[in-house]
Amino acid sequence: MDFTLTDDQRMIREMARDFSQAEIAPQAAEIDRTGAFPADILKKMSELGLMGLPIAEEYGGAGADYTSYCLALEEITRACGSTGLTYEAHISLGCMPIYYYGTEEQKREYLPMLCSGESLGSFGLTEPNAGSDAGGTQTTATLSDGEWVVNGSKCFITNAAYAKFVTITAVTDKGKGTRGISDIIVPTGIPGFKVRAAYEKLGLHGSNTTELFFDDVRVPEKNLLGVRGEGFKQFLAVLDGGRIAIGAMGVGIAQAGLDAALKYAKERVQFGQPIGKFQAVQFKLADMAMNIELARNMYLKAAWLKDTGRPYTQEAGYAKLFGSEMATKAALDAIQIHGGYGYIKEFPVERYLRDAKLLEIGEGTSEIIRLVIARGLGL
Amino acid sequence: MNIAVCVKQVIDTEAEKRLDPATWRLDRNVTCILNPYDEYAVEEALRIKEAHGGEVTAVCMGPQKAEDAVRKSLAMGVDSAVLVVDEALTGSDVQATAYVLAEALKGIQWDLVIFGVRSTDGETGCVPAAVAERLGVPLLSTLAKVEVQGSSVAVHRETEQGYVSYECPLPAVLSVIKGINEPRYPSMKGIMGAKKKPLDVKDASALGLDTAQVGLSGSKTKVLSARIPEPRKAGVKIEDDGTGAQKIVEFLASQKLV
Ligand SMILES: Cc1cc2nc3c(=O)[nH]c(=O)nc-3n(C[C@H](O)[C@H](O)[C@H](O)COP(=O)(O)OP(=O)(O)OC[C@H]3O[C@@H](n4cnc5c(N)ncnc54)[C@H](O)[C@@H]3O)c2cc1C
Repeated sequence: MDFTLTDDQRMIREMARDFSQAEIAPQAAEIDRTGAFPADILKKMSELGLMGLPIAEEYGGAGADYTSYCLALEEITRACGSTGLTYEAHISLGCMPIYYYGTEEQKREYLPMLCSGESLGSFGLTEPNAGSDAGGTQTTATLSDGEWVVNGSKCFITNAAYAKFVTITAVTDKGKGTRGISDIIVPTGIPGFKVRAAYEKLGLHGSNTTELFFDDVRVPEKNLLGVRGEGFKQFLAVLDGGRIAIGAMGVGIAQAGLDAALKYAKERVQFGQPIGKFQAVQFKLADMAMNIELARNMYLKAAWLKDTGRPYTQEAGYAKLFGSEMATKAALDAIQIHGGYGYIKEFPVERYLRDAKLLEIGEGTSEIIRLVIARGLGL
Repeated sequence: MNIAVCVKQVIDTEAEKRLDPATWRLDRNVTCILNPYDEYAVEEALRIKEAHGGEVTAVCMGPQKAEDAVRKSLAMGVDSAVLVVDEALTGSDVQATAYVLAEALKGIQWDLVIFGVRSTDGETGCVPAAVAERLGVPLLSTLAKVEVQGSSVAVHRETEQGYVSYECPLPAVLSVIKGINEPRYPSMKGIMGAKKKPLDVKDASALGLDTAQVGLSGSKTKVLSARIPEPRKAGVKIEDDGTGAQKIVEFLASQKLV
């Protein structure tokens, strides 16, 4: 048993922390207020090689492990949830399907532009009528003259307006149920493919959330990703990895909440003393610190299992479920410790609450994760 | 144009500084970082290298864990490093440290040696001068601008009134101040590549050091005692109810300041 991070992991976390606090955190409130996409931050992240962090060097990545990526993601999300989700969707949902399932040719075609930040990564699974029940996909792709003809729509898709292509799920073989679903790479900006970013969200205002519309969109047959009919299995595996990352995001937001609440508890004086002297406030802060460390240990363990080639579905579920729910709770407590000021946008804690809530929904709702965990128990 | 940058590992500027009352030495069992002023030195060296070519070597004296600070400089883009580690060096003062660094510098190729203006824990700012003296080359300290022109260097040396321009033939020793540049973040590829770069760990005998001149016993300065400064007394608060200016004048007069 050894809990020490490797030298690379420590250096990457330190660099991500320094960068996030200096370059991202000062912009976070403004990004939230205006909903402006953090393009300048992503440009800097690209220059620093963060956009291809856990991808092998031969495809333009930095060749770090998944643990390093999660550590960087925690720090980025601690500074700004919107930038965090953009980064998470880019790596976990955008890069990973190609990295895991792409042919050599596909990897060489698509990964370098993702790693360099020229394109953001985006993955289109959710549909108006297929959310938790992603097997109920209605978008279809039919082969005709050596091309896939795609029809249907997707909703809530992160990053698509800044992506050169989106990997989507579509039914390629009707009547085969989830065995009839395949992953297909669809370039943006081709005839019949429309991307619309019109949602008004509770939080994560700077994250690009879009609807995708496919009207007889034609892509070459070679744009099939992985095995025909295994799209469902493939995205389940992709989501397993993504769940570890969502756990890391939860830790990032909760840590930001603790940072703010701790500072405030030391400064705010009521009844002649800093409110941090009151046991009721201390207990909240103690619980926050404990839950953050537990969630951090959980995502790190899950990432370590993944990096060492062991099964990790169950642990990824724990990391996501515990990390996201504790983040919402931590944000609520951070608001409570701030009293009325916590409810006001001048302080960052109300933003943490609005940002944290998504983590209990995206990449598997808390309910679905509990089902996954229960399944792992043999139920 | 080959450059040596001297880097030091210091305790985190946010960590509490504690002195061991037995030796009056700083407790270094806290988070340690690359001396923030040295980041400017590393950046300046990398910029000169990028403009004029050559190699940058980091030179560090410290405990084994100072390797972290050295690795950071390698991750930022330094090409190779020499780390001098030896129990016998513990407790070295300015002169002893300068002796060790100068000896280490004699073993590598350089036209310029660049230091940060001072360390955030030792705070003497004297090591660059002592090293220059031992190497027998000119020192240009507290620089806000450095420009290499062929075989000489033109600099701005910061003073309280402004700056003074100097030109100096190479080789030379420089110390640079905060703000001379904006130090880069180590890139991910830089971090991943840092462990593949040559890092030469040397002990006192490998450098042929005279151990009588190093460490606590070889140091000419002795710390006799140290104490925490008295906390500052609370100031006088003047609420401005229209007579604020009057009260400030009265206060200044009472202190015989006006
Ligand atoms: C900001 C944002 C970004 C997103 N980014 C992406 C993206 O990049 N790509 C992508 O494909 N999707 C994305 N999504 C979609 C997200 O993954 C889905 O919203 C999520 O999976 C839930 O699906 P749904 O919204 O259809 O809810 P539903 O599935 O309709 O669920 C509604 C409620 O019913 C519960 N429920 C459903 N089924 C069960 C069950 N069997 N047992 C118990 N309870 C159940 C759910 O837990 C939930 O509480 C994003 C969503 C948001 C809000």
